Amino acid sequence: MIHANEINEQSKWYELTPGCEIYEPGTAVLTKTGEWRTTTPHWDPSKCKQCLLCAPYCPDSAIPVKAGKRTDFDFDHCKGCGICYKVCPFQAISFGKEGE
Amino acid sequence: MSIRERLSGNEAVAYAMKQINPDVMGAFPITPSTEIPQYFAQYVANGEVDTEFVTVESEHSSMSTCIGAAAAGARAITATSSCGLALMWELLYVASSYRLPITLALVTRALTGPININNDHSDAMGARDAGWIQLFAENNQEAYDNYIQAMPISENPDVRLPIMVCQDGFITSHAVENIELEEDALVKQFVGEYHPENYLLKHENPLAVGPYGISPYYMEAKKAQAEAMKRAKQVILDVGKRFGDQTGRYYGFFEAYRMEDAETAVVLIGSSAGTARATVDHLRAQGRRVGMVKVRVFRPFPFDEIAQALSGCKAVAILDKAESFSAAGGPLFAETRSAMYDLDNRPKAVNFVYGLGGRDFRIEDCTEIFDALDEIVATGETGEVYRHIGQRE
Amino acid sequence: MAYSLKEQLSKEERFVPGHRLCAGCGAGIAVRGVLRALEPEDKAVITNATGCLEVSSFLYPYTAWQDSYIHCAFENAAATCGGVEAAYNVLKRKGKVQDNYKFITFGGDGGTYDIGFQSLSGAMERGHDMVYVCYDNEAYMNTGIQRSSSTPRFADATTTPVGTASYGKTQNKKDLTEIMAAHNIPYAAQTTFIGNFRDLHEKAHKAIYTPGACFLNVMAPCPRGWRFQAQDLAQICRLAVDTCVWPLYEVMEGEWHLTYMPKKKLPVEEFMSMQGRFKHCFKPGNEWMIEQAQQYVDERWEKLLAKCR
Repeated sequence: MIHANEINEQSKWYELTPGCEIYEPGTAVLTKTGEWRTTTPHWDPSKCKQCLLCAPYCPDSAIPVKAGKRTDFDFDHCKGCGICYKVCPFQAISFGKEGE
Repeated sequence: MSIRERLSGNEAVAYAMKQINPDVMGAFPITPSTEIPQYFAQYVANGEVDTEFVTVESEHSSMSTCIGAAAAGARAITATSSCGLALMWELLYVASSYRLPITLALVTRALTGPININNDHSDAMGARDAGWIQLFAENNQEAYDNYIQAMPISENPDVRLPIMVCQDGFITSHAVENIELEEDALVKQFVGEYHPENYLLKHENPLAVGPYGISPYYMEAKKAQAEAMKRAKQVILDVGKRFGDQTGRYYGFFEAYRMEDAETAVVLIGSSAGTARATVDHLRAQGRRVGMVKVRVFRPFPFDEIAQALSGCKAVAILDKAESFSAAGGPLFAETRSAMYDLDNRPKAVNFVYGLGGRDFRIEDCTEIFDALDEIVATGETGEVYRHIGQRE
Repeated sequence: MAYSLKEQLSKEERFVPGHRLCAGCGAGIAVRGVLRALEPEDKAVITNATGCLEVSSFLYPYTAWQDSYIHCAFENAAATCGGVEAAYNVLKRKGKVQDNYKFITFGGDGGTYDIGFQSLSGAMERGHDMVYVCYDNEAYMNTGIQRSSSTPRFADATTTPVGTASYGKTQNKKDLTEIMAAHNIPYAAQTTFIGNFRDLHEKAHKAIYTPGACFLNVMAPCPRGWRFQAQDLAQICRLAVDTCVWPLYEVMEGEWHLTYMPKKKLPVEEFMSMQGRFKHCFKPGNEWMIEQAQQYVDERWEKLLAKCR
């Protein structure tokens, strides 16, 4: 079987999957949509109460929750929409230009 | 042992479906194919098949049902005619590009404008570029035999393309004729089980079907699909040979009737072949060297083989039971004349559009066509290339 | 079992990052919320109508779905899902499939209220064991914010633009949830993103695990199409609910239940004023637009309350 990471824009016609099927789960993680970000959320663990309200609002599944606690953003994929910053009841997330 | 019966074309196809016992059928009525899901519904009601019979609200949804079911790993079938096929048009391309071996029993009928329920090939010809394999039957026997060969062709891993098994509406679908049916066991063994490599319900890995294909991939995907259609040619021949070995009824791309020394010939599709065959016999009895090529496989089109079959002729009439409004001839004409282009001594070619919306095609019409070919041979002038026959002038 | 956001978020994510939905897209939030309601031991086949979600979540060769997935066309997601479900029934019966599967379809409002409406109605009537989820962002966003039958009156959409002779869309929003309830399906509900997502989660769970054809309508705001700052999405959802523009309710076996009663019903202009698509309604002389929008919401709300009593 042909895997998604073997397929690219230089692949020959016979190197694509028949019918353009993909036989693996979740290959989109290979796309680093974090490159789109112009404004970046910053998480302050000292202010965070781990209420987790931010996590379900993320359209990009970029707030990983491990063992019941959120960890830092998945910046490979966070597009910087800022929804998490607004829903945090504890101001534990700030939002600004990279480096601010 | 074959079983001798008397069945209509629709009954014959429904009977083949029962013998195959497919997984899922999308069902929606449209004249003249309605009887097929109707007969099949009774098989379901009697517990004679295991099929999930999905009585959808449109042909669009019956093809969508088949696409979902086939992607999920099921053997999926449907039947339709005319506007029903036209409503499926978008999805025909989806099915073929997803490489889903769906079997569609098409009972050919005119397209609306004005509405007409009788036979011609406008529906099938409208779908000729959709990436489906297309087999055509002359009579109920061929409709039955083609149906049994359909899945071994389309499901072959080298092919993986959907297939349309076509018969002429009313003329074939409703006329009751003698037929030889095969034993259930032979049919089941011949068709075999369907084992796709990947499918939505596969335990080992998920499957994602139907991506957005950006320009860097789309062309490659289409090339792969085109290559599959090319490979289908050999598979069609292999399956036809295997079918013949088991039943005594052999099938190829077309039937060449009394073509060995023919000077003129007609090329056509479907039930009109009976009329043409009778005309050929009649004219042969008068000493005229005439023949007929009855095309069984329109997609993939047997380019080289048809050209070879016609290579000895001086003039050929290609008969289209469909308009394409090209102002230059019908689809079978375009393909056949193109096929003959590379012959060293290519015959003169003329097109006759005939039989639209159920207009009779009689021995007198066919004789008139052979007379026209003789005229072309005698004068060396093709004259009007794009002609209609059977209409009042 | 009591709902726990922490427990739900601890499940493995079934919609992975790397999809190309816009930043702040409501569709991504809706999909994640619905898929969290799947029990981890169950497999799923996702069907998707053509639209933003589809072109963004399966761009060859990258699928954002952990489960099996099929996109067929714009107008036939429900029928395609029905085909998958039919295949499952027969293959399961024949012992060819061992796993337990759930069937979930996602379509936008264009693919659901409009072009996919016939296919949806047919699949619901036939009673396939599936759930159809509409992520309702109130216009054809994938093609560039054209009006749909879900677009509310007065909205400035690209095929109902505001001009000297036009105040935006002239027709009111189609009430699809009510139409689906009228199919007498076992479960129909509407929800959006509120608080800890309990409302969405419980409705999605019921829709997935109630046998038969179920329908879930999720308001999924589109920052680009509605013209608001993406970061304000949660507030927009909250205002949609508290103004009763988008009431939260469910219809189970014909019984109507309100699942959220606003403590204080807010004026509809609070919802409208945050969105550029209604900007013209706030110009002097256009007060009647807000009045009529309010009047419409009030009428609908009273009728809903009567059904839920």
